[in-house]
Amino acid sequence: MPEQPARERVKNFTEVTTGYTLDMAVAEAARCLQCKKPVCQAGCPVEVPIKAFIGHLQKGDVTAAYKAIRETNSLPAVCGRVCPQEVQCEGACVLAKKGEPVCIGRLERFTADEYAARSACEQLTGDKACPMIREELKVACIGGGPASLTVAGYLSTLGIKVHVYEALHEPGGVLVYGIPEFRLPKAIVKREVQAMTENGVEFHLNWVGGRTITVQDLFDEAFQAVFIGVGAGLPRFLKVPGEDLTGVFSANEYLSRANLGRAYAFPEYDTPPFPGKQVVVVGGGNVAMDAARTAMRMGAEKVSLVYRRTKNEMPCRLEELEHALDEGLHLEILTNPVSFAGDDAGRVTGVTLERMKLGDPDEAGRCTPNCTGEYFDIPCDLAVIAVGTGPNPLLLEATPGLKRNRRGYIEVNEDTGETSMPNVFAGGDIVTGAATVILAMGAGRRAAKEIARRLLGSDAPQDVPPLHGGVLEAQD
Amino acid sequence: MPVAILKKRRLIPGQTSELTLDASHIARKARPGNFVILRVSEKGERIPLTIADTDPQAGTITIVYLVVGKSTAELETLEEGDSILDVCGPLGKPTHIEPCGTVVCVGGGTGIAAMHHIAKGHKAAGNRVITVIGSRCEDLLLFKEELSMFADEVVVTTNDGSCGMQGFVTDGLRMVLDREPSVGEVVAIGPVPMMEAVANLTRPYNVKTTVSLNSIMIDGIGMCGACRVVVGGEVKFACVDGPEFDGHQVDFARMRQRLAAFKPQEELSWAEFRRLRGQEA
Ligand SMILES: Cc1cc2nc3c(=O)[nH]c(=O)nc-3n(C[C@H](O)[C@H](O)[C@H](O)COP(=O)(O)OP(=O)(O)OC[C@H]3O[C@@H](n4cnc5c(N)ncnc54)[C@H](O)[C@@H]3O)c2cc1C
Ligand SMILES: Cc1cc2nc3c(=O)[nH]c(=O)nc-3n(C[C@H](O)[C@H](O)[C@H](O)COP(=O)(O)OP(=O)(O)OC[C@H]3O[C@@H](n4cnc5c(N)ncnc54)[C@H](O)[C@@H]3O)c2cc1C
Ligand code: SF4
Ligand code: FES
Repeated sequence: MPEQPARERVKNFTEVTTGYTLDMAVAEAARCLQCKKPVCQAGCPVEVPIKAFIGHLQKGDVTAAYKAIRETNSLPAVCGRVCPQEVQCEGACVLAKKGEPVCIGRLERFTADEYAARSACEQLTGDKACPMIREELKVACIGGGPASLTVAGYLSTLGIKVHVYEALHEPGGVLVYGIPEFRLPKAIVKREVQAMTENGVEFHLNWVGGRTITVQDLFDEAFQAVFIGVGAGLPRFLKVPGEDLTGVFSANEYLSRANLGRAYAFPEYDTPPFPGKQVVVVGGGNVAMDAARTAMRMGAEKVSLVYRRTKNEMPCRLEELEHALDEGLHLEILTNPVSFAGDDAGRVTGVTLERMKLGDPDEAGRCTPNCTGEYFDIPCDLAVIAVGTGPNPLLLEATPGLKRNRRGYIEVNEDTGETSMPNVFAGGDIVTGAATVILAMGAGRRAAKEIARRLLGSDAPQDVPPLHGGVLEAQD
Repeated sequence: MPVAILKKRRLIPGQTSELTLDASHIARKARPGNFVILRVSEKGERIPLTIADTDPQAGTITIVYLVVGKSTAELETLEEGDSILDVCGPLGKPTHIEPCGTVVCVGGGTGIAAMHHIAKGHKAAGNRVITVIGSRCEDLLLFKEELSMFADEVVVTTNDGSCGMQGFVTDGLRMVLDREPSVGEVVAIGPVPMMEAVANLTRPYNVKTTVSLNSIMIDGIGMCGACRVVVGGEVKFACVDGPEFDGHQVDFARMRQRLAAFKPQEELSWAEFRRLRGQEA
């Protein structure tokens, strides 16, 4: 797929990959063998009808392709950009064995973008198939990330009134405050949210579940079901000396400043960025990659990624690592921070690392890093800690009736998504711990199905129907 | 959802104002010690301000702010009838209020407004409330009348002696502590050096001392860690674990350093704002 050259893009926040043209998409689709048994579909957590949508693309029929994807996926423009396709659909594709799977993610992205761009005219044809919203059927979602957005999207197309309560001033969850503009333009999330608004979903921004409104308040206000999708936003720290120094940030703070606060456009926007020339990012997941690539774009001279295992064990998407390396990321693999040093003003000046070596594989098959007792220092004026997150505590503390598992996440019935409280559902990172967008959406879809069954009774469809296309691309 | 400004009182013209906001959803839940995070405009920064008072019947909350930089200066440009783009709350743990006899509430500068709500809460819980307030001079003194309406005593200190006792709030507080053998708790809200001085003063008296920490915040719901403070050797998040903490345990030196983290950018931001408004002074 075409990309901005690394030397150019590292200076801006414009999306890195520029997308297929129609011709390129049709050519790529033509590589699909239309297998009798489409194994790729089994590789997708929400079972996108991949064979069907690519089949339509082979004929150049973007509208039909779009409708096919929509049958199971309500945020295709997002998923096409952020899913770890290499271990899901593309990993399962039969052509993968020869090393060249069909670029399913890119085709999905193309279809969603292309369809959205055409929408204006289609809207005029008045093709709108959703039933009218019935105000007496009320469902509340707490949190406005992909899990809740999926619930809201599906239920609203069935005529159920959905209210979303989001603590921040923009809906989208991690898609807005975490994943940077150059990977997932905010306009795309806006477009999806706008479509839901037009379909009757009400967004209450700056409302904090557990503070501004509690689960009990919602039932008192005649809501019939509540879905909790508050994510796993509690940043973990390393708990090493010097971590409270000025200039040592959690990835959430560093990325929230840049994304939610648009600090990369300071001083046009008021949220200030923290300038760093020698930057150390600790971690090996998508979050670490996003922090590192953001730092490069904010003018860092050198960005070093500190990771205690090797490149092969990094949990990030392969594409992100490759992009970051092209952009000049420096790897300090097999190292682990033991302390940060600072100056008299309390600003970080360096980090002491311990060399690690790989030991035996653990239960999950990943080699455990072991200490060596060998240390070395590297200077830094900005450090970002991206070593994972925990369950966001606010709502949980305010809702003691919710049963939690040993790790502190909400326990749910696997088939329905229902929690220990009747008619209270949960899904996404607050159930699984930090995972992926598509898994959060899968959980949202499961809960939405069950909620629809309870609210609509025999009127509920056997399977949740597609979020109808005509209303989705209202913007642009 | 924008929140309308129903009333604006210029307490100290150009410097400190009080806004009454139409926010019944926040008023209904707000307790003393809570704060809101607001964003004045589309390109604005999220800033925390204490809820200085509420009127659940009328559905309003009150905030009082001191103009110190770009965001508060921009807030000051709004008038009655205008709206604030985003107001999120109530945030933070409410003040722990229990019957404990006599409580001394100390406020400095704009902190007096924040302290007002807490003092009122202590009064409602049946405590005897002595308030100690201070500023540089009489003209900069806030909420004297408001506090007199319910407090059992209002001790006033000014640096220049233009009103009440001459000196700092700590001088007023020392007088009260020496006079009253049975103070159950001291609450102090104001600039960091003032809270630190109060905590140092009360330590030998062995009286429980609560301070409210105004660290830099972003989300205010425990997701970023910008608001980290060190209390009793442990890292806490001021927005969800606080903002009130045991003043004797707070590492004020670290707190001051972290508050200065973005000084150059803040200065640039404010200078730019003044330049654009054509009032380069
Ligand atoms: C930097 C970063 C990069 C990532 N990259 C990828 C990627 O490339 N591919 C991928 O598949 N996954 C990626 N992930 C993971 C993915 O984003 C998450 O798994 C997914 O967003 C989880 O969705 P969710 O709806 O459960 O929660 P979230 O997206 O976390 O949304 C939760 C929302 O709830 C709100 N909230 C929290 N508490 C309350 C409350 N009390 N009241 C009201 N609202 C509240 C939050 O403000 C937030 O908006 C990444 C994550 C991060 C942080
Ligand atoms: C819980 C809490 C309650 C507060 N209550 C009040 C109040 O009732 N009245 C009042 O006048 N002030 C209050 N403050 C302080 C107020 O938030 C800052 O004065 C304001 O953010 C300054 O923004 P600015 O852009 O005008 O100034 P800037 O020039 O940006 O900053 C001036 C100073 O304010 C502090 N500051 C800057 N940005 C932030 C931020 N995002 N969050 C917190 N502090 C910041 C820093 O110390 C900085 O040096 C409170 C702070 C907290 C944390
Ligand atoms: S949703 Fe994700 S996993 Fe499923 S087909 Fe699309 S890219 Fe592949
Ligand atoms: S302000 Fe983000 S955690 Fe406290």
